[in-house]
Amino acid sequence: MNEIHQSESRHAPTDAAGAALLAMTGIGKSFGRHRVLDDVDFDLRAGEVHVLAGENGAGKSTLIRILGGVHQPDGGSIRIAGRLVRPRSPREAAGFGVAIIHQELSLAPAMAVTDNIFLGRERTSGGWVRFGEQRAAAGRLLKRLGLEVDPGRLVGELPIAAQQMIEIAKALAFDARIIVMDEPTSALSEPEVERLFARIADLTTRGCGIIYITHKLEEVYRQADRITVLRDGRKIITAPAAELPAPALIRHMVGRELVEHPVRREPVAGEVRFRVEHCTVRAASRGRPPVVDDVSFEVKRGEILGIGGLQGSGASDLLWGLFGAHGRRATGRVKLDGRPVALRSPRRAIRRGVALLTNDRKQSGLVLSMDVAANATLASMPRISPGTWLSRRRELELTAASTKTLHLRAASLRQPVATLSGGNQQKVVLAKWLNTRPRVMLLDEPTRGVDVGAKREIYQLMDEWARAGHAIVLITSELPELLLMSDRIMVMHRGRLTAMFDHDEATPERVLHAAMGGS
Amino acid sequence: MAGKPDEPALSTKPATLSELRRLAAHPATTALFALLLVLLLGFIFSGDGAFYKWTTHRDALRQASVFGILACGMTLVIITAGIDLSVGSVLALVAVCFSLFSIHWRLTPWLAIPACLAIGTACGAVSGGIIAKLRIQPFIMTLAMMVFARGLAKTVSGGMKVSTAVANDDGTYRYVDVPQIFRMIDSRLLGDNISVVSLIFLVCVAVSWILLARLRWGRYLYAIGGNEEAARLSGVPVSAMKVLAYGAAGLFSAVAGLCQAAQEQQGDPEAGTAYELTAIAIVVIGGTNLMGGRGGIGLTLLGTLTIGYLEKILSINAVPEAGRLMLTGIIIVAAVLLQRRRA
Repeated sequence: MNEIHQSESRHAPTDAAGAALLAMTGIGKSFGRHRVLDDVDFDLRAGEVHVLAGENGAGKSTLIRILGGVHQPDGGSIRIAGRLVRPRSPREAAGFGVAIIHQELSLAPAMAVTDNIFLGRERTSGGWVRFGEQRAAAGRLLKRLGLEVDPGRLVGELPIAAQQMIEIAKALAFDARIIVMDEPTSALSEPEVERLFARIADLTTRGCGIIYITHKLEEVYRQADRITVLRDGRKIITAPAAELPAPALIRHMVGRELVEHPVRREPVAGEVRFRVEHCTVRAASRGRPPVVDDVSFEVKRGEILGIGGLQGSGASDLLWGLFGAHGRRATGRVKLDGRPVALRSPRRAIRRGVALLTNDRKQSGLVLSMDVAANATLASMPRISPGTWLSRRRELELTAASTKTLHLRAASLRQPVATLSGGNQQKVVLAKWLNTRPRVMLLDEPTRGVDVGAKREIYQLMDEWARAGHAIVLITSELPELLLMSDRIMVMHRGRLTAMFDHDEATPERVLHAAMGGS
Repeated sequence: MAGKPDEPALSTKPATLSELRRLAAHPATTALFALLLVLLLGFIFSGDGAFYKWTTHRDALRQASVFGILACGMTLVIITAGIDLSVGSVLALVAVCFSLFSIHWRLTPWLAIPACLAIGTACGAVSGGIIAKLRIQPFIMTLAMMVFARGLAKTVSGGMKVSTAVANDDGTYRYVDVPQIFRMIDSRLLGDNISVVSLIFLVCVAVSWILLARLRWGRYLYAIGGNEEAARLSGVPVSAMKVLAYGAAGLFSAVAGLCQAAQEQQGDPEAGTAYELTAIAIVVIGGTNLMGGRGGIGLTLLGTLTIGYLEKILSINAVPEAGRLMLTGIIIVAAVLLQRRRA
């Protein structure tokens, strides 16, 4: 380890400190009619760590993408070291000294460390790459970062923490002064996190400015010199970390008024329908901590259990595990109406009456090349094809019945789902699961990417299903939705269950606090 | 859902301009267009009137049939977003086995044919099983099977053609009769108007159509090709369906192998070389998407006719093979471009 150790609050008083590195003023951005950023100001000084905070969808990533040249702003200006710039591509942004280290690292795993560091900006003479020089320079950089790795090794062979350091080395290789780190610790173990923090301290003393995005309260206060809060695409506040204690920070993040729609009527919870004991889901790659760590809960008939959590909470993996979609990675005991369910395969789970609506309908929900009817019946083929012969009449009847209760708006049941709107596509996925006659519905972000009207309809449907005796587990990253729809709320942070609230005791502040790992 | 007044959201209006446009964009329309274009070529360059004779059409269909049978299996596999490069080799393996069983061992067709079909199906099912369970890319796995089956065909045949010249113990040869079953497969029915091989092809088309359009499994194949992850999460038995698709491709290759042996009256271990490429070309010209999830057997039927007629028209006009190959290449690109423009 290093000589640098954490003190309660960091100070980086160097000669370079205080000079304005970056000033973004009046930044606006819309996608279609959706206003994602509205008149946002953001600045970064040399030698500081500036935490960018906000809920999912607050506009953090869009702001960073504008800085990184991925998106062009509709309005506003960007000054880097006083010079007006307009990065039109990631390459240009890199030229201005901006380096972005994403959660999913953007290295080429099959290439050597050196080649990755100089990728796209190779040191050449007359078109020939000067490999020797690159190798030496890479070696110096890695040494400076305290990473003892042969620069000739393939990046894919290295652990995630080392890969992250290589991303930083890549940033330093072209003298980046503005370094953005998006959830850099999400895949790191404790000692690796400490090492990363030591490097960050190093970078700031050298005069770099760090924009740090995190969903972990502890990190916010260990790292931040200043904090900026975004909410619904607007800047709410920028303040020194010392002047913005955790309760105030969370208040600013939540902020908005909760418009209480009278959607969820008085719950009528019955006996326990779905009981989960000690569910653990291993990470996909070896040596990583489990993505779900020993979670137990139960859902009653007619109850909606909400799961709150920020990115990396493991909530989605929990549902995949319970549905059998993670195969042998998931362990634990699950009982449905008192009878054990094996976490073996989605096929078995469906047969037992478990349904999972995933959070990405294009990736894992719909078969976009097929029509409405084929999608709506895909998970319940035995109902429309007794024996193996497909009854197209039954297929249409079943689809018509299920889509009617969902108020699907489609020109025809033979219409390709790719041509439907987001809300109607979601209804097709819901129809697919309704047709399996589920007893437990695991709904992961059921209202993602649907318009306001469809959203309300989906809320009403969830209420009806609960009333009909289904047990519902709901994941949503929208706090208002979580508070509105859930009879109980369970909060997860880094794979662990951190809090359980009844509907009445849940407040946005308490949920968010627990979701950020506060106790 | 037509005629249900209580469903205003799902109305069935009379054909409008947009529906006509959708019809025009349908891959079957494009495939039919390509076929008509080739037929038009036949009317213009009729080879001194040969194109107007029924026998020309009969023979065009017969010559395309073996490729068409292979293309049926290829269609099933391509719909799952896979590919099968081994069909030509499996054809050769089965042709060799069929000849060996029928000519040399004098087995009854009641035994020889089922055995041959089982051999072909086994080759495909092994590929499918390995692709599904060990997650080897279809291209690589079937490339391996292509090489392996060819080697097996040469092993079985001793590297020589298995023909009616049978070696005696003392090293001399004697000639035996062509087995009855060979003559039967190579004959014509309905007053000499249609080849048995063509009928077999049409049966294969019908079987594939039933599988794809009328059975649960067909729906599963489309779902796997369209979005394998969504299919898995919907409870589709993905591995079993892949074994089914590749197994069926193996079965159809075996059927083609039987036809090939009967037509050549021998089992040539070198037979069927590059046939897999023709089969793929037929599927693609028909309009089945190589990315999987879209297409159908009707399209493959049209593709078979297009390629078959193209070959026939070029040959009755005495275009040399070199020119035929180049023209076929150009037509493939043109057909695919046509489809992309419509899509």
